[in-house]
Amino acid sequence: MGSYSASDIRNGNKLMIDGDPCAVLDNEHVRPGKGQAFNRIKLRNLKTGRVWERTFKSGDSIEGADVMDTDMEYLYTDGEFYHFMATDGSFEQHGADETAVGDTVKWLKDQETYIVTLYNGAPLAVTPPNFIELEVTETDPGLKGDTANGGSKPATLATGAIVRVPLFINIGEVLRIDTRTGEYVSRATGK
Amino acid sequence: MYHPDNWQPTADIHTLKVRATLFRLIRSYFASENVLEVDTPCLSLGSISDPHIEVLSSTTKTGGNEVTYYLQTSPEFAMKRLLCSDAPSIYQLGKVFRAEDLGRRHSIEFTMLEWYRLAFDHRRLMKDIERLFRFVFNKMAQDLSLELHSSVRSCLDSHDGFSCEKLSYRDAFLRHLNIDPFVVDIKVLQLEAHRITEYGLEESDRDTLLELLFSTAIEPHIGLTVPCFVYEYPESQAALAKKYKDQDGNAVSARFELYWRGMELANGYNELTNAAEQEFRIDQDMDERERNKQPERTVDKRLVSALHSGMPDCAGVALGVDRLLMLLLDKPHIDQVMSFAGNRA
Repeated sequence: MGSYSASDIRNGNKLMIDGDPCAVLDNEHVRPGKGQAFNRIKLRNLKTGRVWERTFKSGDSIEGADVMDTDMEYLYTDGEFYHFMATDGSFEQHGADETAVGDTVKWLKDQETYIVTLYNGAPLAVTPPNFIELEVTETDPGLKGDTANGGSKPATLATGAIVRVPLFINIGEVLRIDTRTGEYVSRATGK
Repeated sequence: MYHPDNWQPTADIHTLKVRATLFRLIRSYFASENVLEVDTPCLSLGSISDPHIEVLSSTTKTGGNEVTYYLQTSPEFAMKRLLCSDAPSIYQLGKVFRAEDLGRRHSIEFTMLEWYRLAFDHRRLMKDIERLFRFVFNKMAQDLSLELHSSVRSCLDSHDGFSCEKLSYRDAFLRHLNIDPFVVDIKVLQLEAHRITEYGLEESDRDTLLELLFSTAIEPHIGLTVPCFVYEYPESQAALAKKYKDQDGNAVSARFELYWRGMELANGYNELTNAAEQEFRIDQDMDERERNKQPERTVDKRLVSALHSGMPDCAGVALGVDRLLMLLLDKPHIDQVMSFAGNRA
């Protein structure tokens, strides 16, 4: 794996920091006073999820991490591993453990495409699409006529996730959910 | 970078209208103050000595000889040569260029307002900036009813017009880090820098550590509503300012910087007028460039020659106009206040 000069690092680059693979979230060029320039780099540790900032001298060289984001479809779980298959036609399969899947487990749906981050060829993290459509399996009966008036109630979705939904939602309806916030967006349209 | 599809401006037309208004108000302030507008060349045969600023250059042929011109990084040297030639107080509003990484607050080409006031010292010049701001903000908010960031409103709502905060460099460190920057041991600076930025233990340059701490632990906390002047920098950070002793006997420079909402807006000096001292500082800078194996350039010693012929006592300041506009309109990226920036330029 090559290395980067601190000033050339861009969002999305993957770096080895203190022995852990990290993703670059932001790189801000700072020139405090009139002297030496620095780069303040916002990082996410891909193993622990910790987000923090570290400062580098602009000329410093930082080792890249052998990390790749791959689009993969979720297949099934055998109880221990969650199995994914590449969507690029290679049919390459990988089993991700519970740590790698993390919170994404509550958004796992057959045939949906996820970003699987591979580190040294093994799944390190699984990121869901920003929006996902899931069926309601359990919720209090919908209130007729109440289509807009504030108020919400919990609903359990097919994956086991629980989200707040408007009072008019019924069991069996398919909802569009923002996975970044875990919030209800709308009823799913068509499909 | 270049792509034929990227033809659209980076700023919206409303922003460009406010930009034009800002230029007009600045010119009208200086006209009312009898400060003369000048426009020194963008291309010069000599450049600055500052070891930390990289300069763009352009080569052409004239009379069969190759000639290198440097794009001005600030009009400072040329304006001072005018001051040494009996010019009155002068200002310049124009483009300057620096070979820097692009970023939210950095563009290789940007607009600088630089002015020099005869017989002013840096304290009086700080008041001048306050008056300029009051004039511009009032006209924009009241006469022109422009929609400005709420902090401009709070500036104007204070009963006495408004005054900027003023904080000495030493007080800024004492207040926010509990460190006296003039006496603190370098080991403490290294540890503090490391604690805050994870960089510092291996840094042996005192000023680099101070600047890093200033930008990470002080700058984000000052000038949050009204702009804040920081003054009396250590004499090692004097650049082109006079030096003196403060009331506690610390060696300080007659330099100030202006910060507002996390951005450095202006840098001013009670200007160095001593030719020998000027030449000494230029030579020091050139030595540092050589040690760092930085590219050679023709440093403009015509400034030293000019100072030999006599420079009047004066104070001068350079202010980033694009950054001021970002703050007035609450635009997070400098590209959003320039017609064509970054890969659209």
